[in-house]
Amino acid sequence: MTMNNQGRPTAPGAIELNELPTISGDRGLDHEEPLIFGIGRDGHCGVDLPNVQLSEARLGGQRRRGPIGLPGLSEPEVVRHYVRLSRNNYAIDAGLYPLGSCTMKHNPRLNEKMARLPGFGDLHPLAPQSTTQGALELISELMKWLTTLTGMPAVAMSPKAGAHGELCGLLAIRAAVEARGEKRNRILVPESAHGTNPATAAFAGFTIDEVKGTADGRVDMVELEGKLGPDVAAIMLTNPNTCGLFERDIRHMADATHKAGAYFYCDGANFNAIAGRVRPGDLGIDAMHINLHKTFSTPHGGGGPGAGPVVLSAALAPFAPLPLLVHDANGFRLIEDRAEIKDGAKPFGRMCAFHGQMGMFSRALSYMLSHGRDGVRQASEDAVLSANYILHSLKDVMTAPFGDGPCMHEALFDDGFLEGTGVTTLDFAKAMIDEGYHPMTMYFPLVVHGAMLIEPTESESKESLDRFIHVLREMALEAKAGRKERFEGAPRLAPRRRLDETAAARKPVLRWKKKELPQAAE
Amino acid sequence: MRYHPLTADDRAAMLAKIGVGSVDALFKDVPKEAVVPLSAFDLPDTQGEIEVDRKLTRMAAKNTAAGAAPFFCGAGAYKHHVPAAVDHLIQRSEFLTSYTPYQPEIAQGTLQYMFEFQTQVALLTGMEVANASLYDGSTATTEAVLMAQRITRRPKAILSGGLHPHYAETVETVAGLHGTITRATVTPGKAEDIAALIDNETACIVVQSPDVFGLIRDLKPLAAAAHAKGALLIAVVTEVVSLGLLEAPGFQDADIVACEGQSIGNGLNFGGPYVGLFATKEKYLRQMPGRLCGETVDAAGRRGYVLTLSTREQHIRREKATSNICTNSGLCCLAFTIHLSLLGEEGLTRLARINHAKASALADKLSAVKGVSLVTPAFFNEFTVKLSKPAAEVVDVLAKKGIIAGVPASRLLPHDPSVKDLLIVAATETTTDEDADALTRALAEVL
Repeated sequence: MTMNNQGRPTAPGAIELNELPTISGDRGLDHEEPLIFGIGRDGHCGVDLPNVQLSEARLGGQRRRGPIGLPGLSEPEVVRHYVRLSRNNYAIDAGLYPLGSCTMKHNPRLNEKMARLPGFGDLHPLAPQSTTQGALELISELMKWLTTLTGMPAVAMSPKAGAHGELCGLLAIRAAVEARGEKRNRILVPESAHGTNPATAAFAGFTIDEVKGTADGRVDMVELEGKLGPDVAAIMLTNPNTCGLFERDIRHMADATHKAGAYFYCDGANFNAIAGRVRPGDLGIDAMHINLHKTFSTPHGGGGPGAGPVVLSAALAPFAPLPLLVHDANGFRLIEDRAEIKDGAKPFGRMCAFHGQMGMFSRALSYMLSHGRDGVRQASEDAVLSANYILHSLKDVMTAPFGDGPCMHEALFDDGFLEGTGVTTLDFAKAMIDEGYHPMTMYFPLVVHGAMLIEPTESESKESLDRFIHVLREMALEAKAGRKERFEGAPRLAPRRRLDETAAARKPVLRWKKKELPQAAE
Repeated sequence: MRYHPLTADDRAAMLAKIGVGSVDALFKDVPKEAVVPLSAFDLPDTQGEIEVDRKLTRMAAKNTAAGAAPFFCGAGAYKHHVPAAVDHLIQRSEFLTSYTPYQPEIAQGTLQYMFEFQTQVALLTGMEVANASLYDGSTATTEAVLMAQRITRRPKAILSGGLHPHYAETVETVAGLHGTITRATVTPGKAEDIAALIDNETACIVVQSPDVFGLIRDLKPLAAAAHAKGALLIAVVTEVVSLGLLEAPGFQDADIVACEGQSIGNGLNFGGPYVGLFATKEKYLRQMPGRLCGETVDAAGRRGYVLTLSTREQHIRREKATSNICTNSGLCCLAFTIHLSLLGEEGLTRLARINHAKASALADKLSAVKGVSLVTPAFFNEFTVKLSKPAAEVVDVLAKKGIIAGVPASRLLPHDPSVKDLLIVAATETTTDEDADALTRALAEVL
């Protein structure tokens, strides 16, 4: 390429990336970072603490004998290490993150500030209840929001994530069935369900019976009704479902389920499509978990922590797990023991120590208060509008198996448009990384071939959506035009090329180990 | 609404492109009678940052933060100093606002710290392998029991009387569906004879050390007793700082170790989110629940990390998965990793010694008060005292005097009259001499 006499490129963009390996192995802002165990040295420390004398008299003879093996680092070294690691991550703050079913929406920073108020963040779960009234008030207010938005009479707050909420809901159902003196061991799960649904049902001791879908991406009512019977405890349905479609027959499904003596569990992962517009309680649902980290934007944090409160119908409410929260003339009070219960409730047990994910409750309530009921409804509408905008703008170049009708908050495509191109869903997704986007959800739901599930959320501007659509259109056209080089082996521009997952599983290396040093010569 | 980028013009243009007149048309699959007007929701409308901040700040001010009073609560959650760098780093957008690392090429930051976390947990517990965390200590303990039931194909789990009662109730609720759970007698300050309860149906014994009354237990003979009958030893640690001073459960031949990791890197948060540590022996790896990160190479031969062995997990195995868990405790596990990296070997050892010294000094002071006797002979940073009055009443009286005296054992074991005078007291590096003196004086006044 050519340079002018100041060494500046005269033809910007003509430069070849990677043209010369660097001496350091780093490349500009991209640093290769070793494991923390390769940085430190013995005896160093990033926290100043006095070295107190140890008396072993009260250790019961259980003092540690050998070293732990942790490296020693100063604070600047630790800070640099984790800042460098962070720069290898994609994030919603940095770009559109269209993972279908995962709901990567904006995480307002006010929520982070609120969760860190000392009265919430520095509060012990077993401190005297007279000193935690504000925290209990916050939980109570969040409960009001959740029950009001869902139109359900009760909510169990302690589940720590969506899957934990599913477990809570199914245990309430198990308790309700047993309280009726019945034995019902089967759970009906549509084939499009999230993997957590059948896994949770098995975890709760049930057997699973899969229900097929129809050609238009919904539950087959005929098959469902055929499978309902006296041994069915519940059906587990996601609505809107994982194809991004609303189950039109939901009322009919609820009626049939109840008529068979079973309960209706709804996976609330996609509640963000209908919040502020439709109340699940009006649809005949008995239990639904709400992923606070999806609909109410407590951050995903690289895979947790989440929170999964479960709203319950009047039939299931008496079986909600401990602790329970009550409010009377003396203020708020947690009931942590069955003996304190006066209203005949029969909690099925306890989901976890203490009272649930308070740090997520404060964030979620901050989100709700900021939005208000009108903002919650607007969020759902914008999410659905944006998904339909994408569906409509891409369905002529990509294939949308259920593209005729509107979708809800996510647009589903299959790999039909890639047929004969030699490009797979995986290649297409990985090529999106080179374009600066996080890929959509791939190969889920399982009911369509090579699925690509796109959820833009309400957090994208029209300009951002238009640019995304433009890039995906061009990519689809290039794939069809046989220009495979953009896809094969992609990504090229990420911190890493494709990683060998087979090797990782075949001979798992799950931790760093100190290399055995050769014996020093005497 | 400040969080919504679309304008009314944008919405109109988008609807026009889709070819529908209003957003209602996009909801046409929703039964009409199920759509409710906004007025159906008895909730407020949009508010600005000022209003929300004011409302929540007022709520928070009604609570007594642990740092705002002489404070001695423990029993499964501990007040420690978290270095400022930890909270700053975990709020980096790239950590805070990323998803599960399903696309490893652009998630090496998350994956590498998970690998470091797994290594730290394995080193700390003295075990061969650890996962990338579970929700918290109580659910980790439950998963450990389920895992032991799978490995041994035996139904029965025996829980020590010193296991945190919330943990025991959590285990009973879930693992009780797959077998029988027996709780040993509660013997505050003493080790019960749990070995005598092991029979040929026993999958595991579950022993917490230090236990809920603070007692340090000797796990080695319990491991031997369990193994002699073909059962496993599950060791539970609710205060991981103790591992800076005490022998690791792995070196006492525990088979599975489940810990609450809150003490390192994470605030009290009124009980959550916390981080469950889970470690085991390599031979049980494929029965382990939860997310795992493994080392591999990329197509260019460079070292990298991926989620691995996911054939154990729900998104692949569905109803045959080892657990239904679908997350780890990502950001809390990052906070743990960063704090432990700052501490290192030297810092953790010093921190643990300080904790033990503070608790020892406090135990001496309290024991000298008339009406107080020390119940726990060997402890780390937490011990139990017997008072001459019901502990719950004493705690309430002291709370009115601005002192958070500890956790009355009756709050955890309301049905056990033998514990009603017992108070569980913790001291950490944040406890000052003035705090200890204030508690001592106040107890002397009320007893």
